[in-house]
Amino acid sequence: MSASDEIWILGINMTKFGKHTDRDAVDLAAEATANALADGGVTMADIGVLAAGNLMNASAGIGQQLQKQVGQTGIPVYNVANACATGATALRTAIMAVKSGEAEVGLAVGVEKLSGAGLLGGGGTPRSEKDKWEPSGRFGAVTGTDGRIGTNTMPGVFAQIGMEYGHRYGGASFELFAKISEKNHAHSTLNPLAAYQKQFTLEEIMGDLMISYPNTRPMCSANCDGAAAAVVTTGAKLKTLSGEQQRRAVKVAASVLTTDPWEEACQVLPNVNTLTRNAATTAYEQAGVGPEDLDLVELHDCFATAELVHYDNLMLCPEGGAVDFFESGAPWRDGSTPVNVSGGLQSKGHPISATGIANIWEVCHHLRGEAGDRQIEGARVGLAHVIGLGSACGVHVLERSAA
Amino acid sequence: MTDTDTADASTSAPAQIPLVDYLVLDDGEPHLVAHECTSCGARFFDHRNGCASCFATEFTIVPVANEGTLRTFTIVAFAAPGIPVPFVAGVVDCDGTSVRANVVNTEPDPEHITVGMPVHLTTFPIGDDANGTAAIGFGYEPTGAVTP
Repeated sequence: MSASDEIWILGINMTKFGKHTDRDAVDLAAEATANALADGGVTMADIGVLAAGNLMNASAGIGQQLQKQVGQTGIPVYNVANACATGATALRTAIMAVKSGEAEVGLAVGVEKLSGAGLLGGGGTPRSEKDKWEPSGRFGAVTGTDGRIGTNTMPGVFAQIGMEYGHRYGGASFELFAKISEKNHAHSTLNPLAAYQKQFTLEEIMGDLMISYPNTRPMCSANCDGAAAAVVTTGAKLKTLSGEQQRRAVKVAASVLTTDPWEEACQVLPNVNTLTRNAATTAYEQAGVGPEDLDLVELHDCFATAELVHYDNLMLCPEGGAVDFFESGAPWRDGSTPVNVSGGLQSKGHPISATGIANIWEVCHHLRGEAGDRQIEGARVGLAHVIGLGSACGVHVLERSAA
Repeated sequence: MTDTDTADASTSAPAQIPLVDYLVLDDGEPHLVAHECTSCGARFFDHRNGCASCFATEFTIVPVANEGTLRTFTIVAFAAPGIPVPFVAGVVDCDGTSVRANVVNTEPDPEHITVGMPVHLTTFPIGDDANGTAAIGFGYEPTGAVTP
C-alpha cells in the first residue's frame, strides 16, 4: 500500500442520543460500530486500524473492549482522548493511518455515557476548614479557587467567551443568545435521533433556569448517552467496491486538527477562536471550497454563547459580523447557510466522545440525500466542527460522491 | 531545618496569607504579580519551564496594574457543591495583562455589570485557619462604586 490523497467515508452511524439505562458504553459503541460496518458493506475482517475514544473512562481501553464485543483481529488500536474533540480526533487518527498507507480501511468510534452527569468543569479542592493554610499546586493556592477566582464550570467559561465577542463587536444580548437556542431546538423537532425534540419559545428559553448568565438551561448542551462510528478508506480501495458503495461514499475533502497557539489571555480564558479559524482556513484550502460553498454546517454549540463566535471563526460571515449573520436568518434550516439542522448539542445532545463523529454523520446523511424530513435539498458540501477545551479543534469538510 | 527553626516558624506564623502566591500583600499596596518572559514579554501567573509564546527560558517577576477594564463576565448561578452562588466571574484587562477574577462589591445582575466597565483590585479575608492566620482573597470592584 502507498500513501493516498483521497479519503472517503464508506460507512457511518450514530445511535439514538438520550438515556440508555439498559446499555453500557461498550454496548453503545458496539451498536454504532456494527451499523457503520453494515452501512459501508464491510466487516471487522476488513478493518486495518481502530481509533476509539471514551473520555469519561479514558484509561479503560474502549477500543480493546469494543473489539471483544464485535471482533478481535489483532489490528492496532489507538485509544484517544482530546476533551470534546475526542470523536473528531479518533476519526482524524483513522484517516491519518489510512492516508499514510498503513491500513486500507480504518474504523473510528466515539462513545459516552453522560446521562445525569450534571454540571461539568467545576469543583476542585473542597473548601473544608483547614488546620493550617498551606499553599499547594501551581498557583500556591491555600484553598479551592473555583468560585473565588472566576469559574471552572463549562456554562460559565463559554458564557464569557460569548460575552467577550459582544464586547468586541457589540450587539450580543441575552435575547440574541436565546434566539440561537430557539433555532436549534426548533431544528431538533425533525431529528428522531436527538435526545430532546422539544420546541421552545423565546420566552420559555429566557425564562428557564439560569445556569450561568446569559446561558439558561436550554441554552446548555444536553448531557446524554450515545455513540457514533465511521469507516474510512482510500479512493483506490473505493474503486474496487460496488457501485452502491461508491455512490453512497462521502468524500473527506478536508480533515484538520489544531490546538490553540499562544496569545495574550489564552491561558486566562480559553481562546476557542483562533484555533477554529486556523483549522477552518486550512480546511478550506485543503478542500478547495469556501464558506459560501457550504450547504450545511454542524458546529460546536456546546452553549448558545459558543455558536455565535463560531459563525465568525468558521468565516460564515465577515469578521465581527456574527450577530448580523444570525439576525439575517442565514443559519436557520431555510437560510443561506443552515447551521446545526440536527438540533445541535443543545437538543440533539452531547455525549462527548460521540459528538465529533455524530456531527459528521449528520452532514453525510444530508449529502447522501437520506435525511428524510430534515433533508437540506441538494446538499453537496458540508462542514463539521468540534472544540475540545484546553484546546483542540477538529474541522472536516465533506463532499457528496459524484458516482 | 532544625527543631528550633520549626518552633520559630510556628510561633511567628503570619497573620495573613494570600489565597494564591501571585497575590502580594506585604510589599506596599496589595497587587498581583506575573512571571514575565524577558525575551518577548509574555506573562504567566504560574511558572513556565519555557515561554509558551517564544520558548525562551528566562523570566522575571513583574507587578500587574491594579486598575483595569472588565473584558468579559458571566453571572454564575450554578456551581459545584459548597461554592456560594450567585457570583460574578470575569476577565479583567489590567493595562494589557488579562486577569481571571471575580467581580465583587456590586449586585450580581446584568444591570450592574457591563463589559468595558472600569474596575480595580480589592482584597478581603476569606477565612482563618486554626492558628488564626487569615487567608486573603482578591477580586475587582467597579471603580467609583460605593463599597457597601
